[in-house]
Amino acid sequence: MQPLSAIPPRRDPAPSRAAYRMQRLWLTPLFRALMRVGLPAFAIMMVLGIYLSSESRRDALSGGFASLRDSFQERPQFMVGLLAIDGASPALAATIRATLNLALPQSSFDIDLDATRAQIEALDGVASADLRIKAGGILQADITERVPAVVWRGLANVELLDETGRRVRLVAARTDRADLPLVAGEGADKAVPEALQILAAAGPVMPRMRGLVRMGERRWDLVLDRGQRILLPTEAPVRALERLIALDQAEDLLKRDVLAIDLRLQDRPVLRLAPYALSEMRRARGIDTSESDL
Amino acid sequence: MTDLYQSQRAMRHMRRAAMQRGVIAILDVGSSKIACLILRFDGPERLREADGVGSMAGQSQFRVIGAATTRSRGVRFGEISVMNETERAIRTAVQAAQKMANVRVDHVIACFSGAEPRSYGLAGEWDLQDSVVTEQDVARVLAACDVPDIGEGREVLHAQPVNFALDHRTGLGDPRGQIGNRLACDMHLLSVEATVIQNLLYCIKRCDLELAGVASSAYVSGVSSLVEDEQELGAACIDMGGGSTGISVFIKKHMIYADAVRMGGDHVTSDISKGLQVPLAVAEKIKTKHGGVHATGMDDRDMIEISADSGDWEKDRRTVSRTELIGIMRPRVEEILEEARARLDAAGFDSLPSQQIVLTGGASQIPGLDGLAARILGQRVRLGRPLRVQGLPQAVTGPAFASAVGLCLFAAHPQDEWWDFDIPAERYPARSLKRAIKWFKDNW
Repeated sequence: MQPLSAIPPRRDPAPSRAAYRMQRLWLTPLFRALMRVGLPAFAIMMVLGIYLSSESRRDALSGGFASLRDSFQERPQFMVGLLAIDGASPALAATIRATLNLALPQSSFDIDLDATRAQIEALDGVASADLRIKAGGILQADITERVPAVVWRGLANVELLDETGRRVRLVAARTDRADLPLVAGEGADKAVPEALQILAAAGPVMPRMRGLVRMGERRWDLVLDRGQRILLPTEAPVRALERLIALDQAEDLLKRDVLAIDLRLQDRPVLRLAPYALSEMRRARGIDTSESDL
Repeated sequence: MTDLYQSQRAMRHMRRAAMQRGVIAILDVGSSKIACLILRFDGPERLREADGVGSMAGQSQFRVIGAATTRSRGVRFGEISVMNETERAIRTAVQAAQKMANVRVDHVIACFSGAEPRSYGLAGEWDLQDSVVTEQDVARVLAACDVPDIGEGREVLHAQPVNFALDHRTGLGDPRGQIGNRLACDMHLLSVEATVIQNLLYCIKRCDLELAGVASSAYVSGVSSLVEDEQELGAACIDMGGGSTGISVFIKKHMIYADAVRMGGDHVTSDISKGLQVPLAVAEKIKTKHGGVHATGMDDRDMIEISADSGDWEKDRRTVSRTELIGIMRPRVEEILEEARARLDAAGFDSLPSQQIVLTGGASQIPGLDGLAARILGQRVRLGRPLRVQGLPQAVTGPAFASAVGLCLFAAHPQDEWWDFDIPAERYPARSLKRAIKWFKDNW
């Protein structure tokens, strides 16, 4: 027998057991995927994890990033130095400035335009606002004011309402805005569009008009001078008023000594006469009421 | 017996698992080369373009995706003689094939030519209980075959039912479902030396592979190089390998006899080496370049230069005529063929209806062999090449790869063997419940 420790052939084409096993392992799909994707991913995560495990490094990293961001955002090109308000009365403009309370100059990155606009539009006197940053560091606010349509004498104070019934502002007295019609009564602000329709239809009686009173949050009373009242129905008050005006023009109804005209029943308007007129009418008709309750 | 039955069953399961996975390796451990092919099974549908019979008559359900050969080391007469060397050679072949295929294989089907195969014909009979042949009946009739004494230290490599007879009708391929009273079967049993299989198993285990089947290389070369009608009508395949020459006889598409002559091309080479006093490598080169078995007048003038590196100018500059070379080769080739003839005669090859003989294997490439073989083996001799299978590289389509290609076909379509059938219920001690049920059924 040849010695077992014989010199091996100079170049053995056979792979060693380790090389053979390694090649087979490398041909295993799972192992291959692990080596090609898993291992690099793990190495990257490992390096990142080790680097970020120290508090001071994390702080330095976040601080460096924050300072870089601040230095970029606070360049003069991005600074806003002026708030310009257009389309608002001086008093409203002052209110807006006071509400926003912007610390100018400020970087335009720090101004939240949507939130600021919502803040402006939340004010009573502003119908809509248009906010943008113009070149030259100007924050431009274009304001559309609410237009007051009626004066509402509520329970506590006198307010101006716009045509939708939104509050515009307080006034000290009704005479501050004598040009606007007056509405009164609880819940009147919720029915301002209807009141405006009634007022538009009440043209011929306008000179005698005192105002509209909301009754029971349900219907309107038209109050004229001399204490006369026109009780309008809940449904279709405008048509009832138009019929009354036609009646008035035909028969001069409102000039007579009538306390109230009740139009709540559509097919039967009811008049309430003044006491003197009533007794006169009874006397003329020969009705004696001296012994009855009437 | 049961031990072998179980291990063969285990290999069959392994083979099925490998088919499911789709990749299996074929390993032909020969004396002159070790070939490894890697097959990918992807079903016949995926490679089919049109309807009808697929290409290769449905054999194309696999594709060769890796092929490698390496010079064999440590194998003599088709048996492993030096384990370490053989293991290295197997590793080389498997690694190269894996590299080509770019997949990892875990299951391998191997074949070898040596180990003194011996054929036995077995017969068994069984009286059917309920006149219809069931799978259990087939298993019973196979179990009823009386196993001859195959000798100490031998294992059964193949045990294939070859023929079934039902009453007076014989030649049934599949008797299941047929009606009769008495089922008889003929079985062909091939036994080999157990130690050879164990060595091979150990080598393959050392390469981290699992054995999913073993086959005799004589059988698988017959599968690949005999055409269908030859297999049907009766033919013998003589696989002339390096260290041994395998003989297998087929009829009705079943192998009925296999044997091996422990001589092959390597003996021719060693004869040349001795006769011309040259190293084996040079002798092999001279054999393949100039070899032959028929000398003509031209060959006297055809001088072959024999190079050597002994340093002696006279010895290194010798020339030899081709006639002399043929004179060395021919007796050995004749001896091999005569030995094969003797084996065939002993097996009763004469009585087959067709006596086609197909020569294949690496040593069958000697020029003029068919003429010589016709004089020894009879007139009906042809040289065979293995069937073409899909994806096989051109370099491995030669006759030397007949057994590797045959093993591919064997892997794809193994014949039913004894262990493919269940153990009959009577022989199962654990199935006593089943027996009780059967007893009830029979008596009520």
